[in-house]
Amino acid sequence: MSHPQTLFDKIWQRHTILEREDGAVLLHVARHLVHDGSAAGFRTLRDRGLKLRRPDRTFGTPDHYVPTHTRDMASIAEAGRRDMVTALDRNAADTGMTVFGLNDPRQGIIHVIGPEQGITQPGLLMVCGDSHTATHGALGALAFGIGASEMAHVLATQTLWQGKPRSMRVTVTGTLGPAVTAKDVILAIIARVGAGGGSGHVIEYAGPAIAGLSMEGRLTLCNMSIEAGARAGMVAPDETTYAFLKGRPYTPSGEAWDQALAFWRSLPSDPGAVFDTEVTLDGSAIVPMLTWGTSPEDAAPITGKVPDPADQPDPERRAAMQNALDYMGLTAGTKFTDIPVDRVFIGSCTNSRIEDLRAAAAVVKGRKASVWAMVVPGSGLIKAQAEAEGLDRIFLDAGIEWRHAGCSMCVGMNGDLVAAGERCASTSNRNFAGRQGRGARTHLVSPAMAAAAAIAGHFTDVRQLLDA
Amino acid sequence: MPDLEKFTRIDAIALPMATPNVDTDQIIPARYLWHAKSDGYGKWLFNDLRFNEDGTLKPGFILNQPDYAPAEVLVGDRNFGCGSSREHAVWALHDYGFRVVIASSFGDIFYNNSFKQGLLPVVLPEAEVQALREAIERGNSAHVSVDLQSQTITGPGGFSTRFEIDPFRKKKLLEGLDDIAITLTFTDAIDKFEAAFEQNMPWLKNP
Ligand code: SF4
Repeated sequence: MSHPQTLFDKIWQRHTILEREDGAVLLHVARHLVHDGSAAGFRTLRDRGLKLRRPDRTFGTPDHYVPTHTRDMASIAEAGRRDMVTALDRNAADTGMTVFGLNDPRQGIIHVIGPEQGITQPGLLMVCGDSHTATHGALGALAFGIGASEMAHVLATQTLWQGKPRSMRVTVTGTLGPAVTAKDVILAIIARVGAGGGSGHVIEYAGPAIAGLSMEGRLTLCNMSIEAGARAGMVAPDETTYAFLKGRPYTPSGEAWDQALAFWRSLPSDPGAVFDTEVTLDGSAIVPMLTWGTSPEDAAPITGKVPDPADQPDPERRAAMQNALDYMGLTAGTKFTDIPVDRVFIGSCTNSRIEDLRAAAAVVKGRKASVWAMVVPGSGLIKAQAEAEGLDRIFLDAGIEWRHAGCSMCVGMNGDLVAAGERCASTSNRNFAGRQGRGARTHLVSPAMAAAAAIAGHFTDVRQLLDA
Repeated sequence: MPDLEKFTRIDAIALPMATPNVDTDQIIPARYLWHAKSDGYGKWLFNDLRFNEDGTLKPGFILNQPDYAPAEVLVGDRNFGCGSSREHAVWALHDYGFRVVIASSFGDIFYNNSFKQGLLPVVLPEAEVQALREAIERGNSAHVSVDLQSQTITGPGGFSTRFEIDPFRKKKLLEGLDDIAITLTFTDAIDKFEAAFEQNMPWLKNP
């Protein structure tokens, strides 16, 4: 019997072209994703007179800079921002790569599109010039974000130099309670390990609570691996994965499907495989979560209160916490459910898939929003499906805006911003100071919790709304 | 092939920043990212921490203290550069004048990106980072020396330590070697690998 390997080891090994004596490894990139923020990588390629090595393995869609209230490009005021979107089309035309453009019904957030099209598959090494590339690990791929220079390197050579990260297994035991979602699980994990806890690691999520998640839930979970500091997050492929993949445009069919399936089944970590770090959480103890500070590690159960910096023994930590509370405009000891919100954003590569929209709609149905709220589907296809299911009507009837697909208020690069001092319940992944706009106060929550806040006008334990 | 900027050694004023989880949105807010690199991102470094909305300086922010304005070494805390993959964060630090960031841990992508721009990220144990920050705060306009060849750092109050760095990255920084140029010398190996990879995974062909 050979040495037991992890899922991560197996994919790493399969993509290793060569290893230098000093330990640097040259890896093959099976699929490369790009978006409208990837212009710098293409510029380097052009400046150096290099060609895109594998147009057949490069896929892109505009997401960060696209308007969501219209598909009219003229609505983007600054020429520089407009150029970001049109540059992607130009780069695609120049290089022959595949692009799902602004007027293609398949356009959307790149991390939503990859799995949706079946471009993301188990056992593949995938990269994208975006930190949330970890999302794709939900299908048992090894996927991680890279910077502009690395992107140019991948465009030119379809390879990447990397040192091998360490491995971490996060096991979530038990069964999740009602209205507890993957978002709550990942926030609980980050609260436990810290925003840098997974630094230098690839996380494999395992255990019954993870196996019980839908593919949408696993995508949410892996998406926020970077918020735990990890390079990548992954879930071993299983029947949920194969059922999700079957029949998608870029997944194999017929004999090729059987061949692929046999390979996919060989991927899960071997019994006895050793991880550098192990973390275990009790899934049945997790309740709906929210963040109160300016780091995703500042996450707590909705049943609690704003923590008190005075309880922090370390003076630097205490100061950092007080800074976060000042920025967020919060007072220690306030019950989370007493905090009013000004805005609600349901969307982003974390929580904009059909299951997320259904969960939000289930809370909203037959009720009215008491604050300004918007829903931004992750792709044109999700938008169409939600409309076929009548979800758009539920939101519109509640007075909630229904938009076109894009990153939108997750990062506000397209102008969908939260005003200074405003408090936003957001299903996105980052509550950093200024993330949703200068002075904006972001609280990360699940789609159901965001919907509950939209209805109540303050944070609410969604379980109470669902019982009612 | 264009050479990258080399890094060998510097001796410069160091800026202590005791904040954990300094994220890339703080280093360079998203609203500037569509500008060309040649526009010089240094003017927007830590924009929302450095400036009020009307463009006036926020006196409380440490980089606005005249003693620290010429700093070239930044001594952070844990998880520096966490968040997005934007290389602009590195461009902004470098363009402002920083050449070294010392922290007890880094966001992985930020760490990788730093080397592409001749910005040296140094990981030291948490206690040493804190000791160095405190030594700088005690000294006035204290200098810190960082030598890549010997992998050593010296600072005020007799601070002295050695740091670890991956040998391949060290060589590239010392000699200003460029990744793409290196990789292109392996084209034969890449061609061979791709052929075998595709034979083993025939289902990867696009429809
Ligand atoms: S939705 Fe947000 S986190 Fe996701 S890719 Fe877009 S900007 Fe990045």
